[in-house]
Amino acid sequence: MRDISAFLAMGGYAAFVWPAYGVAVAVLGGLALFSWRRYRESIVTLERLQQDHGRRR
Amino acid sequence: MINWLANPARFMRLSAKAVPWCGWAAALVLAVGLFWSLVVAPPDYQQGDTVRIMYVHVPAAWMALSVYLFIAVASAVALVWRHPLAEVAARAAAPIGAAFTFVCLATGSLWGRPMWGAWWVWDARLTSVLILFFLYLGYIALANAFDDPSRGGRAAAVLALVGVVNLPIIKFSVDWWNTLHQPASIIRIGGPRIDISMLAPLLIMAVGFTLLFAVLLMLRMRTALNERRAMALRLNAGPVHAPRPAREQAVSARTAVP
Repeated sequence: MRDISAFLAMGGYAAFVWPAYGVAVAVLGGLALFSWRRYRESIVTLERLQQDHGRRR
Repeated sequence: MINWLANPARFMRLSAKAVPWCGWAAALVLAVGLFWSLVVAPPDYQQGDTVRIMYVHVPAAWMALSVYLFIAVASAVALVWRHPLAEVAARAAAPIGAAFTFVCLATGSLWGRPMWGAWWVWDARLTSVLILFFLYLGYIALANAFDDPSRGGRAAAVLALVGVVNLPIIKFSVDWWNTLHQPASIIRIGGPRIDISMLAPLLIMAVGFTLLFAVLLMLRMRTALNERRAMALRLNAGPVHAPRPAREQAVSARTAVP
């Protein structure tokens, strides 16, 4: 338990170290999530359009 | 090489295989890198545990510079050779570079507060990186500012090339001007000046960020190409028996829309 609290305390700099890692995870993770969702959407849209297109012919 | 890669269909085939590999590799390397940075690496004898911020801050700064260089090269290729994928690549890379630059600035601020006593100082290194961030935002805004995407792409490509002048300013700002920011300690004449116990997690994080960039770039390029094909299909659809001119328009739209 002491080890974990010492780890979380970051030698007294917890207020700076954890937010720094938090910002990095939030920004890069957020971009990855957003990019992935938009990619899935683009596939769904394209498949729907291709089906419509095939039916028209 | 350029001609070989110029084929969007080939890119779609290759990247379909590369995206999952790169994605899992990035996740694995970043997990190892985070564990090493936060747990294994020792605290600094002067800076204590704040030195752990370095393992995010420095690789993010490297990525901020190299992604910008990537965009500039891709823009030059798009302007000179009209390479069909180059502009797609440059556009796809810009938000990733902006994200890395933001992470670099934010973590630097969180490191500066305990070590320098200030969240921000207007010195050469910090200011030039802030300008880099604005260049990214300007590129993104300009690329999307026109109804005709190819015009926006060309204007943005010119901005990207002009902005390259900022890269050597960032790199050498710590040598040319008096600054609070420390000078280079890894990429310098005479080799790295940092202990292996800190160099290892730093390089692992740098590899992880590079893999993350690669996978996000491919993902965003695939998205752009899908959206472009969807737009061409929409233009092509029209009435069931589309008259000829509409069809020709759709074909030219397919080649023109990035």
